[in-house]
Amino acid sequence: MPSHRSHNLQLNEHGRLRHFLTIEGLSRDLLLQILDTAESFAALPGRPVKKVPLLRGRIITNLFFENSTRTRTTFELAAKMLSADVINFNISTSATTKGETLLDTLRNIEAMHSDMFVVRHAQSGAAHFIARNASPRVSVINAGDGRHAHPTQAMLDMFTIRKHKGDFTPLRVAIVGDVLHSRVARSQILALNTLGVSEVRIVGPRTLLPTEARTLGVHVFHDLVEGIRDVDVVIMLRLQNERMDGALLPNEHEYFRLYGLTDERLESAKPDAIVMHPGPMNRGIEMDSEVADGPRSVILQQVSYGIAVRMAVMSMAMQSQADLGGEA
Amino acid sequence: MSESTLFMKHDAILDLVGGMAQVLRKQLGDRNLDNPAVIGIHTGGAWLAQHISRLLQLDEPTGLLDISFYRDDFTQIGVNPQVRPSRIDFDVDGRNIVLVDDVLHTGRTIRAAMNEIFDYGRPASITLVTLIERSGRELPIQPDVIGLSPPLGLDDHIKLNGPEPLSLEILHGARTTR
Repeated sequence: MPSHRSHNLQLNEHGRLRHFLTIEGLSRDLLLQILDTAESFAALPGRPVKKVPLLRGRIITNLFFENSTRTRTTFELAAKMLSADVINFNISTSATTKGETLLDTLRNIEAMHSDMFVVRHAQSGAAHFIARNASPRVSVINAGDGRHAHPTQAMLDMFTIRKHKGDFTPLRVAIVGDVLHSRVARSQILALNTLGVSEVRIVGPRTLLPTEARTLGVHVFHDLVEGIRDVDVVIMLRLQNERMDGALLPNEHEYFRLYGLTDERLESAKPDAIVMHPGPMNRGIEMDSEVADGPRSVILQQVSYGIAVRMAVMSMAMQSQADLGGEA
Repeated sequence: MSESTLFMKHDAILDLVGGMAQVLRKQLGDRNLDNPAVIGIHTGGAWLAQHISRLLQLDEPTGLLDISFYRDDFTQIGVNPQVRPSRIDFDVDGRNIVLVDDVLHTGRTIRAAMNEIFDYGRPASITLVTLIERSGRELPIQPDVIGLSPPLGLDDHIKLNGPEPLSLEILHGARTTR
């Protein structure tokens, strides 16, 4: 089994997506395959029956060790549109508080014959840990782990960008805000660079940008208007309130004064630039309502596209289980 | 490597389709199936559906089905990233549907197509039209209108290329994809 490819835990020996844990190590072709597959699912919500029978009879378990109603709901919806059955485990309020280890929780849920785990955890690397320890008949999808990765969010952002801009190669993209603590930003930067955009910028105060920025293949800006000058895409990140406590920021009013996106500041981006936000958004902190509800905002489309992208990743990972020989 | 032979060219195929349209028109009349709506299966069936719709002088756009998400062998062949969204712009409920495909072989494609059509609504009837009918059925599905039933070896695979020009090609010794 240990072929040169299986070093990447995410791929099976045929190079197909087995788990979806991080953008890291995935080829441009594979990312494009995810986007193309998502494209064919995107038309489904317009149909009278919003379901296809692809994963009929499969069980998908949402393992959420960290609360996230929105992400869990879009995963659940995606699974149901593929005709899978869904179980939701909200573990922060369940077994681990009673002292059960992660591995024991995993074994218990495996014994319930799940075919796929969708994992959200506050600890970086949790999804990898579960993928390494799960039975070979189970696929794992990372729905966000600590500060590490949130690959389905990054791919739905790529899908949204491609819908509006077509080709990735000429694009300049600015990611604004708390890049340091953001798993979304980390995954976005990897995806944008893999897809070959012309420039990725990160914009924010020194305390919220990673020091290893240059090795990430990004350009660093501390001034918002300069940072978004002539960009095609502006991605605003969520400012997490807990960062205020750590003395990384003076207060939210000060943040908005320096880094809040307003219509006036958006003038410096290209006239057809789109504005994105992974949600949930803090109006009046990361951006003004006039931008959030304005013509260049594609924030609600991101939510809809998220379902199609999650369907694509789930169906592709489930498909590679068949490569194990025989049906699960 | 498999060898291929050209089996039929564009004009001959169109002649055949012309004949099929006449038979279809008569059948629809005999069975009182009025106001038919045509649906083609991606890709070959969709090309033929255009021709049949034109020959029947229907003004409604033909429906397009890509049945990849409805196939029963998904876990064996997987999701094709080039899947095109199905598109049916008319109300299927109560309509007399003419379902068009290029090759009827195992019958699994037609089963999947009918499943998908029923996700759009409950048609009054479905009439199956296929350019090529060949042996190898695995399900109890039979066509109403056939262009040709050529004798083919078990390992032969017949394929419609197109849309301009249309041609039928036989691949010898090819593994058939159902």
